[in-house]
Amino acid sequence: MADAAAAALAGVEVDYPGRGRALGPIDFSLAAGEIVALIGPSGCGKSTALRLLAGLEAPTRGQVRRAAGRGETAVVFQSPTLAPWLTATANVSLPLELAGVAGGEARARAAEALRRVGLAGAERARPAQLSGGMAMRASLARALVTSPKVLLLDEPFAALDEITRRQLADDVLALWAVERPAIVFVTHNVEEAVYMAGRVVVMTAGPGRIAGELAVEAPSPRPPGFRTTEGFRHTAERLSEMLRQGMEARA
Amino acid sequence: MKRSVAILAPTLFVALLLAAWEIACRALNVPPYFLPTPSAIVLALVENAPLLFVSAWRTLSTSLMAFAITGVLAGLAALGAASARLAEASFRPIAIALQVTPIIAIAPLFTVWAGIDHPQVAVVALACVAAFFPMYSGALAGLSAVDPELERLFDLYGASGWQRLTRLKLPSAVPQALEGFKVGLGLALVGAVIGEMLAGSGDQQGLAFRILEASHRMQMPQSFAAVVALAVMAGVLHAAFQALERRLIRWWRGR
Repeated sequence: MADAAAAALAGVEVDYPGRGRALGPIDFSLAAGEIVALIGPSGCGKSTALRLLAGLEAPTRGQVRRAAGRGETAVVFQSPTLAPWLTATANVSLPLELAGVAGGEARARAAEALRRVGLAGAERARPAQLSGGMAMRASLARALVTSPKVLLLDEPFAALDEITRRQLADDVLALWAVERPAIVFVTHNVEEAVYMAGRVVVMTAGPGRIAGELAVEAPSPRPPGFRTTEGFRHTAERLSEMLRQGMEARA
Repeated sequence: MKRSVAILAPTLFVALLLAAWEIACRALNVPPYFLPTPSAIVLALVENAPLLFVSAWRTLSTSLMAFAITGVLAGLAALGAASARLAEASFRPIAIALQVTPIIAIAPLFTVWAGIDHPQVAVVALACVAAFFPMYSGALAGLSAVDPELERLFDLYGASGWQRLTRLKLPSAVPQALEGFKVGLGLALVGAVIGEMLAGSGDQQGLAFRILEASHRMQMPQSFAAVVALAVMAGVLHAAFQALERRLIRWWRGR
């Protein structure tokens, strides 16, 4: 791999008291600027893996290497996780303000981030006034506002309808093309994984291990009609098969 | 149409009850020192209006003062409890004891401690004790009701303890704290009334004192009038806080 790793898990295991092994052992490396989808059945520990990369959790064994500087790693959670008492701008500028960026500059950068995700005009809206898709966009803007090196997405579109989901997938790819952060994208949707990622890592049922991985050969952002191409279908089929084997391996 | 019915129906019902009361008292010749007629109570209300106003203001200002003091104390205690598990565990038995002990049972102690010269202190203190628990537990519940994912976000960006408090915990606490404070305001009034009944004298003549005084003199219309004044004041106080709460919540949530 030519690029230096942006983040890595080496021989990592996570045990939860009373629940036993939740994850691992796994080895995983994320190159700068690549998009990796982490796919696996519910409870396989993919969200745990994401929290390790975010530094929100420590491994029981093994080593985590990550971009640890303030704002170098950003996370988009399953729900938009916006503060209801803050306007969209104030929500987006929060990471900057926590890092000590002056108010005026933070707000200007937040407004710019909102514009980039297509929320220009909603600066003063409160989360309660935003639709599910708009709230997710605001959450994405907040993650991008610090220009992170690593962007972690934890099933961010799971609660959205199909049309909004697809639109957001394209938007994420378009945003990625600008600053090219490394992205780890957790999902249980095979087609979403193939559509978004350059590399798909399949995990086994819990405790999650890596069952295998597959590169997706296609330009990014995706050309129109990509979902109907033979290559897309073929990759999705192979991934489904790997997922099935990963689940049987445990049974 | 629906709205007017919603107002009209209860009004008519109450009017009907009052009419039945009036007619029954007159028909059965019930003596006024036992049960006065509604018309006699209204008359007493009008005749004693200036005195009742002064007394109502006494009770109201006592309640509000206790509410303000307790708001600060309960807020600080909740902050302490929310920041350290040990503090929460230490406060819990006291908070629960304050809640389960009937306020009237400790009222005599307070009158002794405050001394005969400072009945005001006893009354305010009793109102504070009565209001404390819901205000404390509302504030504590609010401070503990932080969205765990938002908390993770603050972890991710390395927020300081101060940033966490002012930008996450305090704003998160607003809805539940308001709920607790609303209950606390009502109980502060209850505490003030009990305090006045036991310690009220001299310059401490609130509505509760008026009720007792009139009852002792067998002036039942006056006693009822003071009760009516108290009920109206409590209702207005509740409605006012409810309106304030609704506005604050709308501001908090943005709609």
